[in-house]
Amino acid sequence: MSPFSYRNQSEAVAERFRKLKQRPVVLEVKDLTKRFGTESNPVLALDNVSFEVHRREFVCVVGASGCGKSTLVRLLAGLEQPTSGSLLLDGKTVDGPGADRGMVFQGYTLFPWLTVKDNVMFGPRMKGMSRAAAREEADQWLSLVSLDAFADSYPHQLSGGMKQRVAIARALANSPRILLMDEPFGALDAQTRAQMQRHLLHIWKNADVTIVFITHDLDEAIYLADRILVLKPRPGRVAELLEVPVPRPRSTEQFQSPEFLATRRRLEEWIHPGSETGTSHVDELPRLRLTQVGDEVE
Amino acid sequence: MTTPARTPSKGSVSKGPRWLSLRQELAPRRRALLFALAFALPLLLWSAVSYLPFLWHPLMEVTYAGDETVAGDYDYLASGMLVEKDLFAARNRELAAAGKPAALGIPRNPIYLPAPHEVARAFYTAFKTPPARQGDLWLHESLLHSCRIIFWGFILSAAIGLPLGILCGSLMLFSRLFEPFVDFVRYMPAPVFGALAVAIWGLDDAPKIAVVFIGTFFPMVLVVANTTRQVDGALLEAAQTLGCNRRQLLGHVIIPAATPGLYRDMRILLGCAWTYLVVAELIGAKSGISAFLYQAQRYKQFDNVYAAMLMIGLIGLFTDQILALLGRFLFPSENGGRSLKNLFRPRAGESNPGVLGGIAP
Repeated sequence: MSPFSYRNQSEAVAERFRKLKQRPVVLEVKDLTKRFGTESNPVLALDNVSFEVHRREFVCVVGASGCGKSTLVRLLAGLEQPTSGSLLLDGKTVDGPGADRGMVFQGYTLFPWLTVKDNVMFGPRMKGMSRAAAREEADQWLSLVSLDAFADSYPHQLSGGMKQRVAIARALANSPRILLMDEPFGALDAQTRAQMQRHLLHIWKNADVTIVFITHDLDEAIYLADRILVLKPRPGRVAELLEVPVPRPRSTEQFQSPEFLATRRRLEEWIHPGSETGTSHVDELPRLRLTQVGDEVE
Repeated sequence: MTTPARTPSKGSVSKGPRWLSLRQELAPRRRALLFALAFALPLLLWSAVSYLPFLWHPLMEVTYAGDETVAGDYDYLASGMLVEKDLFAARNRELAAAGKPAALGIPRNPIYLPAPHEVARAFYTAFKTPPARQGDLWLHESLLHSCRIIFWGFILSAAIGLPLGILCGSLMLFSRLFEPFVDFVRYMPAPVFGALAVAIWGLDDAPKIAVVFIGTFFPMVLVVANTTRQVDGALLEAAQTLGCNRRQLLGHVIIPAATPGLYRDMRILLGCAWTYLVVAELIGAKSGISAFLYQAQRYKQFDNVYAAMLMIGLIGLFTDQILALLGRFLFPSENGGRSLKNLFRPRAGESNPGVLGGIAP
């Protein structure tokens, strides 16, 4: 049907992926399995998930709800222990949480008793960096997320988008090998979200960091990622590790480009199988409230 | 598209939240007014009952008993007596039957409800009255003594209870090891330890401090543990991904995160300490404000009883307000407060409006 396949890569994009794959592997996930629940009633959240992430790569993880996206990122962070399989960071097995894997959560997790700057200094200070050096570090990261003016504010004085920018700066101030982001913009309004996505690409361009980004927003995934890891639910398995054919630098105009649309169609086939046959869920909803004459809103 | 939401009336926009807005803070002036009313209204009610003779006043103070030679069931009525109104009326019927002028009296309230000015006078004279026996304390000295007992009882309790509670709230080992027994002892009323405390520490201040300690320590451990447990787990996870080890997690995340809540707990528990003080001061040698209260109660000096109650209430209210004020400076991250450091600086949001093109609040 479609004249343009998501597999069609322009020469520049193909060259970019060739180079990308020559970079060293930062994160190696091998046959990762996670089982929750009791022995009599186990729930398989992740089943033999394997993939690799190269240095300074931007990988997005998408999938229908319940596919184990959050479990995967919590395993990567070391907040959960895998049932079996292995997680290697720079070839070393991940054992518990650590400063080498920064994380930005969906909820706001800034420390409310610390100022913005003290929040960013937290990681370096815990590592034993001197106050002056940590302050210098924090200043750099705060200016990268353009929040220098709010260094002495407290988190409760910031908007949601600003809080998440501080959270990103706080994670990056630790110079982690990899930045894990669990739907970090999920709670933000559409406009702030778009701004944050631009911000994130800007940060990623300027910092030596590899990003694994969980989202359920397909446009967000295509806009941000080099490669997209698609998970299938129940149990969570890898459906595809897709190379995004949209060239960089990215812009919002590309949302209508054939590469972008082809990628989006492919992702939708995985995530909403059957939706292209025309059965819309909206029509199946019962009508709960009847409108009356004079209720026209247009 | 959709019909616009009903615009609020102009009045409510300019005046801020209405009087009856659900779960909305009121404007500062209204808040101050209500605070004043909170005390003025009960005082007004008390004054009304005390000074308006037609309100309640179930007794008559006899000023003129009438002709005492008129025999009858109630001929014991004498000037200066405080009698019930029914009885007074019955005597007047007897006098009227004998053709004599009626007895006179003034409506009075029971002695357990003195008028505001009587309590005010008692409050003042209580401090001016020299001690009855040499070596006894003036009232302000007694009050100071009470405060000292509270202070030491509470400080000792906090010195052990806070760390233990925080450990119980953070480490399952401590929680499982200590909380069951603490919970068990908590059910024993602190005064039952009074006799034991006197046997161990004699009649001086030590047993009193011990009772205040016992009364506050056991609930404190449980309350502190509970508040510590309520620290948002997401903060702990965030700290772990920032490289915190266990010791740092306790010292740099759990404790600071729980501190505002713990401070609130301490304020409430300090109030409880006063409850135990009144019992504590009556064991062994009676002392402090409770001894004054006990004396007044024995001699039915109810104006003094009210005065003593007021003193305790005022000290409590005063210390709590001071602590609340202090708390706002200590915990600037709690709703809208400022740290002492930033007290004289404008807030970032105010000094840089919209500096980030629409993202700024």
